Amino acid sequence: MTPLDFFAWLSETQWSVDLHESEIAYSVIESVHVWTLCVFFGLMIMVDLRLLGWTMRKVPVSEFVDRVLPWAVAGFVIMVISGTLLVLAIPLRSYQNLFFRGKMILLVVAGLNAWIFHFRIYPKMAGWDADAPPKAVRRAGGVSLVLWIAIVFCGRMIAYNWFDCDRQPQAAIVNFLTSCVPAPSEF
Amino acid sequence: MLPFFQWCYGTWIGETIRESTWLFPLIEAFHLVGLGFTAGTVLMVDLRLLGVGLSRQSAAQLWAAVKPWFLGSVTLMFVTGILLFMSEAIKCYYSFAFWIKMASLLLALVFAFTVRRHVVQTGPASGAWQQGRLTAVASLVLWFGVAWGGRWIGFS
Repeated sequence: MTPLDFFAWLSETQWSVDLHESEIAYSVIESVHVWTLCVFFGLMIMVDLRLLGWTMRKVPVSEFVDRVLPWAVAGFVIMVISGTLLVLAIPLRSYQNLFFRGKMILLVVAGLNAWIFHFRIYPKMAGWDADAPPKAVRRAGGVSLVLWIAIVFCGRMIAYNWFDCDRQPQAAIVNFLTSCVPAPSEF
Repeated sequence: MLPFFQWCYGTWIGETIRESTWLFPLIEAFHLVGLGFTAGTVLMVDLRLLGVGLSRQSAAQLWAAVKPWFLGSVTLMFVTGILLFMSEAIKCYYSFAFWIKMASLLLALVFAFTVRRHVVQTGPASGAWQQGRLTAVASLVLWFGVAWGGRWIGFS
């Protein structure tokens, strides 16, 4: 089963059809996605600004990690759930959407960055916890901030169909990146 | 008020954004990034008022620290929001969500600089208190109303 088969199968499940056809459900899930964006992205920005040393330098980083980050993580969980439901409502189009693919790749990179911070940089925080953050910490915060902003950009652009598979002709590179094989008549 | 909305819609700014493929989505994306910063700064203080988040600092200290980011991001939201509005002012005029958003935005801003500021500045150095909790709930409801209205302008 190729990924394309999987998403095609997904789009025929009852869940997907129901979500797709219910205007209210889709709008409500979208709203939840935006609300949790406020909670997750908003608080993540604050953590990143602290790591960069651009705000509240006197508050130890560990306090941000212990007391602010859990709220961000909670927001993230609801974001992932609502985001998954949004994909479930339009599986095939999401899978073949250029910005959706970009967003997923950036999410993996953001996850890697968070992993490196947590397991490689943060354990050595004793030396800089309540001080000006060293370069590695500022880099982790800056990379995180840039990545999350880029993820929000990609997320917003998923709604637009400029590069959609059913809009041909597209540049060969676009069709390659969206694994789109247009029917011969569409060339 | 309709003539004013029609005038906004007809300006070259509104027209340029409307006729471009990329401008509206791009401005929208900046609007969302502004939303993130605004929400983050609002939440830092409101969580503190609820007695969670960074509770070793007073709400006044937190508000002072995040205020430049709050004002900067609200400015970004206003600039991008006005641009978005100008490109679809007539649609906004007839959109229920738009008026809900404007009303909650006005209330949220007035509340932030009157009641909330007073409560934040007179609150205790540590711990939560009843007035603080109520203020946080009101603030969160108002700001979430703004975000909700904003999202629903797009659905109409």
